[in-house]
Amino acid sequence: MKKKKSNPLSRREFLMICSKALPFTGIFFIPFTADQILFAQKTKEYDPTQHEYAMGINIHKCIGCGRCADACKKENNVPREPYYFRTWVERYIISTDGETYVDSPNGGIDGFPEFKDNLEILRTFFVPKLCNQCANPPCVQVCPVGATFLSRDGVVLVDEKYCVGCRYCIQACPYGARFLHPTKKIADKCTFCYHRLVRGLLPVCVEVCPTQARVFGEVGLQSSPLRRFLRFNDVVVLKPSLNTRPKVYYAGADGEVR
Amino acid sequence: MVELIMIHIQTGLKDITGYIYPNEFELHWGLLIVVYPYLTGLVAGAFILASLERLFKIKVLQPVYRLSLLSALAFLFVAPLPLLAHLGHPERSFEMFLTPYTKSAMAMFGFVYAWYLMVVLLLEIWFDYRKDIVIWSQEKKGIMRFVYKILTLGATDLSEKSILLDNKIGKVITIIGIPSAFLLHGYVGFIFGSVKANPWWSSVLMPIVFLFSAIVSGIALVLLIYMVSTMFRWKTMNMSCLNQLGELLLYAIIVDFSLELLDFIQRLYESEESIHILSQMISSRLFLSLIISQFILGSVIPMISLVWARFGRVPDEMRRMVYFIAAILVQVGIFSTRWNVVIGGQLFSKSLRGLTVYKIQLFGLEGLFMAGFLLILPFIILYILCKLFPPWVDSEVKLH
Repeated sequence: MKKKKSNPLSRREFLMICSKALPFTGIFFIPFTADQILFAQKTKEYDPTQHEYAMGINIHKCIGCGRCADACKKENNVPREPYYFRTWVERYIISTDGETYVDSPNGGIDGFPEFKDNLEILRTFFVPKLCNQCANPPCVQVCPVGATFLSRDGVVLVDEKYCVGCRYCIQACPYGARFLHPTKKIADKCTFCYHRLVRGLLPVCVEVCPTQARVFGEVGLQSSPLRRFLRFNDVVVLKPSLNTRPKVYYAGADGEVR
Repeated sequence: MVELIMIHIQTGLKDITGYIYPNEFELHWGLLIVVYPYLTGLVAGAFILASLERLFKIKVLQPVYRLSLLSALAFLFVAPLPLLAHLGHPERSFEMFLTPYTKSAMAMFGFVYAWYLMVVLLLEIWFDYRKDIVIWSQEKKGIMRFVYKILTLGATDLSEKSILLDNKIGKVITIIGIPSAFLLHGYVGFIFGSVKANPWWSSVLMPIVFLFSAIVSGIALVLLIYMVSTMFRWKTMNMSCLNQLGELLLYAIIVDFSLELLDFIQRLYESEESIHILSQMISSRLFLSLIISQFILGSVIPMISLVWARFGRVPDEMRRMVYFIAAILVQVGIFSTRWNVVIGGQLFSKSLRGLTVYKIQLFGLEGLFMAGFLLILPFIILYILCKLFPPWVDSEVKLH
């Protein structure tokens, strides 16, 4: 009996070709992965003088999923109670008569409940908040022992072994970005995931954001995504009148955001 | 511990109105930080009163000169304790002396405090009492003799020349002391007034208001202590001294009240972004402590009653009664002032969209009992100081 004519490609052949082609498919992912890595990880030693970081937040892109706030708590061992946040998401609801209603239940981690007020809504948007890593930080100015300081790469950090827990920095922060760690009894705040930065990784909130509402990078680097963000968006900082010179830039932020 | 904090936060949750930042649920500076500026204010006020007698030679105040110095010292000993008890890591507090961050207003506290205690108060008291101490070290028996001997620090010369020198140095210290007392309490006001993030605190008038309220509370305190101590010693009160104290208290209240009003009117007139939430706070959360306690009970009523008692035709018995009640009301008022600054500054969210609440804890390092203890402790210290260095005019040792 004559053997039935086989397909032009047998299953085996097909798989062989695929396996050979596989390495090349990576090309498609290069644009995505390039964003995720800050600098070549092969550099010998991290040199803070060679970097200056900032963050951009695109309000139009934020969907209020709260994954950033959740990931931040996991990554940085922030207490799970809903009163301690290094980053959180606020929901703004602006009614047609100009009233603004803001909420942030559990920092937005569990999502936002349906808004049931009999309000005629004009527009709504979400605003992720975090430490603004000010270039002129009032929290650093007031720390009596210098436990909180501005690192050379532009991040405001707290020395855990030095903080006396006087909470003056918490009072001095205009953005409510600091809290007293309930067990460590020291001031705690967003570090831009400094432990990740020194390894060339992005802050975890940036990495998990499904819509790339958060953009992170070097201020001084022409090719950084942050530069691109700053170039193509009209950005504002929060509470500019206080002259804190924040390094978190908001694109599309309404005047109501503060 | 964490559970306690959680319970404490949760009890206040239902009273929060509007939106507050999630990190603002915990109120950070509580009752102890109210007690701290209250105590330092009493120190500065009592000292300034003593300086008036010495520098401007208001002789009628002689009976309270030493008493006010000792009161200032007793309260100064206790003043840093509420700060210490409130720290997350009190064991690291010494870092403020060893490695202070010089740009921080708070870091300077240690130095201002040490300067005031060592250079101003202790020295002034020592020079003022040196003659008495030397004589006590010769007259007393047993262990007290030994104690006074040490306190003479070896300077036992009682010649006219040395007494004159004591007086001279005392005067110089008083001259240094007045700006130091201004520095001590004006500086406490600066700690709050310089926080630009907080519209309730951020005011250039804050140090000045703190200073004058300190003078008010200090005079009232000395008046109270003088009256009570004289009563318990079964002595007659020096009415002209009391009248002078009442008069000074009245003037101080007028200045203080005018400054506070000025601050108030300025805020209302400027009507900045924060005015909406601040007026909400005043009319709801702070109504009792600001309008009733600070303004009416603590300023207006004492002012009117002091004018009446001092300048009206009032029998001495009645006068004393009015002074006493006015002084107590003033204390209540000034404590409310501190409360309204410290707690009031944290009752509204920095988002300017909501109000939170402060629930006092009973127990623990930052609780009501601790605050009560810290307010009573200076009086215990003062009692011991008065036993050691009797400040009464009739117990002053006369030479020759």
